[in-house]
Amino acid sequence: MTVMLAAAAAVLFGLGTYLLLQRKLSRIIIGLGLLTHGANILMITAGKRGNPPIIGESRPEDLADPLPQALALTAIVITFGVTTLLLALAYRSWLLNGDDEVQDDVADRGIGQSEVVHDEIEDQLQVIAREEHR
Amino acid sequence: MSWLLPLPIVLPLLAAALSILAGRSKTAQRVIGVGTLGALVVVSILLLIEVERAGIVVIEAGDRPDPLGISLVADRFSAVLLLVAEITLFAVLVYAIGEPTTERNHVGFQSAYLILAAGVAASFLTGDLFNLFVAFEMMLTASYVLMTLGGRQEQVRAGMTYIIISLIASTLFVTALALLYSATHTVNMADLAVRLDELPSGVRTAFAVLLLVVFGIKAAIFPLFFWLPDSYPTAPSPITAVFAGLLTKVGVYAIVRTQLLLFTDDSRPATLLLVIAGATMVIGVLGAIAQDDIRRILSFTIVSQIGYMVMGLGFFTVAGIAAVIFSIIHHILVKTSLFLTTGLVERAGGSTKLSSVGGLVRTVPIVATLFLLSALSLAGMPPFSGFISKLALFEAGIDAQHLAIIAVAIVVSFLTLFSMLRIWTGAFWSPAEVAPPPAPVDAKRNGPTLMVLSTTFLVACSLAVALAAGPIYAFSERAAASLLDRDAYIEAVTGP
Repeated sequence: MTVMLAAAAAVLFGLGTYLLLQRKLSRIIIGLGLLTHGANILMITAGKRGNPPIIGESRPEDLADPLPQALALTAIVITFGVTTLLLALAYRSWLLNGDDEVQDDVADRGIGQSEVVHDEIEDQLQVIAREEHR
Repeated sequence: MSWLLPLPIVLPLLAAALSILAGRSKTAQRVIGVGTLGALVVVSILLLIEVERAGIVVIEAGDRPDPLGISLVADRFSAVLLLVAEITLFAVLVYAIGEPTTERNHVGFQSAYLILAAGVAASFLTGDLFNLFVAFEMMLTASYVLMTLGGRQEQVRAGMTYIIISLIASTLFVTALALLYSATHTVNMADLAVRLDELPSGVRTAFAVLLLVVFGIKAAIFPLFFWLPDSYPTAPSPITAVFAGLLTKVGVYAIVRTQLLLFTDDSRPATLLLVIAGATMVIGVLGAIAQDDIRRILSFTIVSQIGYMVMGLGFFTVAGIAAVIFSIIHHILVKTSLFLTTGLVERAGGSTKLSSVGGLVRTVPIVATLFLLSALSLAGMPPFSGFISKLALFEAGIDAQHLAIIAVAIVVSFLTLFSMLRIWTGAFWSPAEVAPPPAPVDAKRNGPTLMVLSTTFLVACSLAVALAAGPIYAFSERAAASLLDRDAYIEAVTGP
């Protein structure tokens, strides 16, 4: 059981990471959902398995460890709230740009295109062109 | 006196609820906000006095025996940071009330701000690693709302990056907690410190590095800092100020707390910390030099200054950690006042781009003075608090025989001074290169009284830190000594 849960967590982490690397915000959000589920499953795996943790139902040694479940539940609630906010932002982005692609940082682009850097890129391109010519 | 401990968390949360209920009346909201944060400054002063007397103050939430319950712990380190944070939060709230845009136009501003205050306080006071996660989330969720208030295109873009990065950090935190729990079956920090010692040293080092990555994203250390200069400058100026002053420092606090409490000498990644510190300092300051916008320059210098703090931690000596504590106090105050001054510059000059503002020293002399005092302090010029913090760090480094990193730090100091002087000459001293947009016609040219007053108050606080440097540094040394004394903390929390 633990091996299966660990494998499930691994698959979720892998898929989540892949989706995170996309540019579309909707894919990133789904990726984050998978990633956080992976973390939550890992959290569940951390506890001891056993009977439902209700005092009087079975012997204390046989009870499951309820703490990781409570921790995972807290994490799920928090992620739920933040994901909702992200979806709202993605919608806002779609309203403003007609697209949910993550935009470039304009100020950063400006510095990248300033003259000093620009000249350097020109020089590099010339070097490459010359080498290709040869 | 341990009943004081929950107040900095409970009071702002209650006030946040009250504030949203009183949404119809801006005056009522302001009374609630300023009243709560004012009361919290008093509470944190009382708490600091109590901690200075008793060493470590502990309360078990719900009176459940440790380690079942959630413990709130204040030692000298967390108490002094709490006090500085509450002072900063108070001053910035007054500034925001004085500013005619942000606070006035959003009914939820005060509530989100108070929840942020609760989250910051909870991060400093918690003695439970999972509760630290919850405190972080409280603080971050409020910060997401504050950062995207208004929903302009620029804010949405930067806000998305910020939220996604923070959410990834939180996921990593949950992962780290899951692994720690399966290895030790506890999340109480004092209990963790005891049980981690029983693990092999390789496993402990892996945990130390994992936690460093988790908190490193929040603290913006190299190579996890790239989100910060991108997202901070887009928020409204009081918000940027409080983020710049506090949020990264909460990350640094978490790094210092976990590395010192949970791990022993053989599993602390000391060399890794020093390498990261050097890279953070250099890359942060080089980024600052390339920028044109004042807010972006200042954001990059946050990254660079975080490097100094990580460097002090990397020495793992009393002197190094005392210097880190002093630097954090200094940096919260100075950085917040620099960003508040930038807000005033934007009002007076119509922009924060160095290429389009200029000559402000003649039009707004008070703002120029406030900026110069903070900027020189940040760059580490004597006799300001930045000089004392850097001197302490350098001395600690020389004592610990880490000369290479000290050489890097000294070079970075000069580059920081250069970047500050660029702002000074660009925005204040020289005439504007491009004709500035017409500045808002104001009766008071320096800016609304409340904005100027609260900025002046924070600058005065940072000057007071420089004046009282002796006692504050002595206090930092006591705090560092008690941070390095893990057994005292463990005994105070779990009982003898």
